Amino acid sequence: MIVTHALTKRYGKVLAVDRVDLDVHEGDRYGFLGPNGSGKTTVVRMLLGLVYATSGEIEVMGKPVPAKVSDVLPQIGALVEGPSNYGHLSGRANLALLDAAGRKSSGRPRRRRISEALDRVGLGGIDNRAVKKYSLGMRQRLGLAAALLRSPRLLVLDEPTNGLDPQGIREIRDLLGELNAAGTTIFMSSHQLSEVELLCTRVGIVDHGRLVLQQDLSELRALTGRVIVHTPDADRAAALLDGRVEQREGDRLLVTEADPAEVNTRLVEAGLRVTEIRPERRSLEEQMLAVTSSGSDRVDREDAP
Amino acid sequence: MIRVELLKMARRPRTWVSIALLCGLPTLVAIFVAVTHIVPPPGEGPTLLSAVLSNGSLYPAAALAIVLPIFLPVAVAVMAGDTIAGEAGSGMLRYLLARPVGRTRLLAAKLVALITYTLSAVVLVAVTAYITGRILFGTQPVAVTTGGGLSSGTIAAHVAATSLSGTAMTPADILIRTAATIVFIAVSMLGVGAIALFLSTLTDSPLAAALGALAALITSGVLVTLNAAGSVNPYLPTRYWLAWVDFFREPILWRDIDRGFAVQAVYVVVLLGAAWANFATKDITS
Repeated sequence: MIVTHALTKRYGKVLAVDRVDLDVHEGDRYGFLGPNGSGKTTVVRMLLGLVYATSGEIEVMGKPVPAKVSDVLPQIGALVEGPSNYGHLSGRANLALLDAAGRKSSGRPRRRRISEALDRVGLGGIDNRAVKKYSLGMRQRLGLAAALLRSPRLLVLDEPTNGLDPQGIREIRDLLGELNAAGTTIFMSSHQLSEVELLCTRVGIVDHGRLVLQQDLSELRALTGRVIVHTPDADRAAALLDGRVEQREGDRLLVTEADPAEVNTRLVEAGLRVTEIRPERRSLEEQMLAVTSSGSDRVDREDAP
Repeated sequence: MIRVELLKMARRPRTWVSIALLCGLPTLVAIFVAVTHIVPPPGEGPTLLSAVLSNGSLYPAAALAIVLPIFLPVAVAVMAGDTIAGEAGSGMLRYLLARPVGRTRLLAAKLVALITYTLSAVVLVAVTAYITGRILFGTQPVAVTTGGGLSSGTIAAHVAATSLSGTAMTPADILIRTAATIVFIAVSMLGVGAIALFLSTLTDSPLAAALGALAALITSGVLVTLNAAGSVNPYLPTRYWLAWVDFFREPILWRDIDRGFAVQAVYVVVLLGAAWANFATKDITS
């Protein structure tokens, strides 16, 4: 769906994107992660033909970008760096203007499509208020509605849940899940790891303009071969599992053993109480922190101790 | 896309407020003149104004002379400065281009909207002025000057002062000459628009683009009056702005009018070309 080869963007002396090889498959829910200022947005803009690459190639839906970008853009819904709108117009008027811009879209009449898109994002009952009076969450929903207007095959979303409350985030996650199940490929950039963990099937992590990791989430979150046990009888448990307890924090033990059932049986047979037991998984956060450095929004003192 | 741009422009309160203000100023001037019957002495104050007391049909041209120096260029510069920079500033530019709207098409649509605005503004000023002129002033036959080669300042004096020696203008004559004036002024304003439109593709701030264009006009205005800058004088954008007064002579003096059209055409072509070249290859980071 999206393939890039050695994609590079240089702004003067600054190397914003450095030889990135993206590979997003059709039907993926791809999470594009990275610290602030790592080049995520520049990549997204290059995919949409807004920013021209210094070198490297981009292919979206099999067409070269930016050469043939106008052929693929009608099938892409995009939300880039937050929603934008004409503040003095209503939500519907904004969508109508945006839809009327560009090539004529075939299919169902505009009014119907606008209503459907608004329904999907939970703004179906919106009145004629000017958009400048909308809350941040409403604007975000309106931005999503704009991306959904033309039933795209590919959704390119930059921080889609920005400004939404937990309820709203959940709704949008469910919506994206539904759309994906119906065949829409989703490429979303985010720095909210929990969101990506809950929604995505595949992740790419950028750091300082370089793609440092690209993997299926299931692989990434593989079992570590250790078991986490919580027990009020931690001292006795530690003695029982002598040599295999890797780490102990209060009543939490980290045991070198792939099978939780095995550990559980041993503890219970020895008459020890177990409050919680589960296999340890690698967390996305650990992975992310391991491969990235702090974002460009952190500016340390030169003479810091 | 053109339809969308025109619709967007028509829905902005600013468009109508600026046109209302443009029409309001000459109306205000007309009311003062009609009530007091005091006009600036020939050769001073707005061009042709001294002539309107005797004939209201000349008021459209006089009204255009009133808004031409500052009001009209400011309005056009603000509209043109907003074209691309305004979309960039509001963040809509990226969504329009991702819709997709081709960059060249977007620029062309913006240009059409700008031309429509400029022409409507000039025509509406003239129409309002015609109505106020007919209501507030008489319609005695007017005479045009037969003199030539005078600076624009003294032409106004001439129109009024030599009314006895000049040929009388029929209403149809005045209509044609006023229409020609409207075209000339609209083209001059398009030159202003081209400057602001070009700057609008350079910056993401509509204000900077509009002020930049006005700064260019003020510079030009200063240099026009400066003898030391005589070598660049014929190429300055504001040099022939007042040449339309020559439409009200008999016979019409085409020299400055032709040059005025030519200078504006060069500015428009060069700056629009530069705007297109810049916009089509620009990274959209707004």
